[in-house]
Amino acid sequence: MLIRLWINGREFNDEISPDTMLIDYLRDKGFMGAKRGCDTSNCGLCTVLVEGRPILSCSCLAVRAYGLHITTIEGLQEEAEEFGGFLADEGGDQCGYCSPGFVVSVIAMKRELTDPTEEKVKKYLEGNLCRCTGYQAQMRAIKRYLGI
Amino acid sequence: MFTMDNFIVAQSLEEAYTLNQRRSNVVLGGILWLKMGRKKIGTGIDLSALGLNTIEESEGSFSIGCMCTLREVELHQGLNDSFQNLFKRAIENIVGVQFRNVATVGGSVFSRFGFSDVLTAFLATDSYVELYKGGKVAMSDFVEMPRDNDILVKIVVQKDLRNTSYRSFRISSGDLPILTCAVSNSEHECGVVIGARPTKAKLLRFQPVTNATPEYLDKIIASIREEFVFGTNMRAGNEYRKHLAEVLARRNFEEIISGGKAHAY
Repeated sequence: MLIRLWINGREFNDEISPDTMLIDYLRDKGFMGAKRGCDTSNCGLCTVLVEGRPILSCSCLAVRAYGLHITTIEGLQEEAEEFGGFLADEGGDQCGYCSPGFVVSVIAMKRELTDPTEEKVKKYLEGNLCRCTGYQAQMRAIKRYLGI
Repeated sequence: MFTMDNFIVAQSLEEAYTLNQRRSNVVLGGILWLKMGRKKIGTGIDLSALGLNTIEESEGSFSIGCMCTLREVELHQGLNDSFQNLFKRAIENIVGVQFRNVATVGGSVFSRFGFSDVLTAFLATDSYVELYKGGKVAMSDFVEMPRDNDILVKIVVQKDLRNTSYRSFRISSGDLPILTCAVSNSEHECGVVIGARPTKAKLLRFQPVTNATPEYLDKIIASIREEFVFGTNMRAGNEYRKHLAEVLARRNFEEIISGGKAHAY
């Protein structure tokens, strides 16, 4: 099937199989920031933005992204670097495998929540699992990033 | 993971319905559950182009298109204002935001999952589904219907002056629930819905609980224990679920009777 979409502002036209998942398409195109984790729609490692909204790219058919704008962590470099600095300062980045999906979610959250509180942040990021940190260091980094 | 030979964006409900009569074809919702299986799909039918991704509010009801995401239902101000955040409370614990931005309300309701928070919440309201061929079917009847090849077009929730309360219990936040419980109360009746028993949600109706005596509440709680069938699976045993059902229902009743003040559980 023919697919036409925009990844980080760049247009792509390709012939793909109808059952190709978005994560596979993105990684084939060289956007390796979206990681394959649980593959059961639970861990959030594969999070990308579709028209600005965070979604699980492991659970979205690439053909359904026809005509849409996808943003991967590679397209969020400036914001990702800013938050990444806080994450590193607080020791919130250990093995780092979950970090790209986590950072994309944090950026989406910052754009979406008008009045972020610790409780709202925890609720928003429930779909991002990390098996190293215990989340405390990440929480400290987010609080500093958001100024809460 | 499933395989799929073709993908068609339906241009009309008739086209989608016709395609869906072939056994190997599937109407695609959020595909989150479908993805967990190994089905060989002939044609995946996408309803995205049919304008069914909106929530319309009229004077007497909300009409929720089948392609609305769970996140859209969760955040809809009108729905939450009309039902004391029933839908927000039911949906916000389903995995994470990224998941709920993909999962569709039509997929959740049509599948009638045993673990469904969504179904539990809808059963606590005066709601019906609109099927393309089957027409309007009350949610409580739809839950009992066998799955067929019809298409769920939308869900309509009637606005009324009922009060609702919702609680679920999970091993960890974001996990599938061990038990879900919603209670509604209007001037005509009171409804208790228990889901994830672990079978699909079921509604029992009682007399209203406004100004109810403690004895009347005890009687309802006893009925819950007797009339709902609870089962055992890897998450919890039958007796544990029975106990949880009593506790969650009582807390929901207390919240409703206190006008939302008994919230601190």
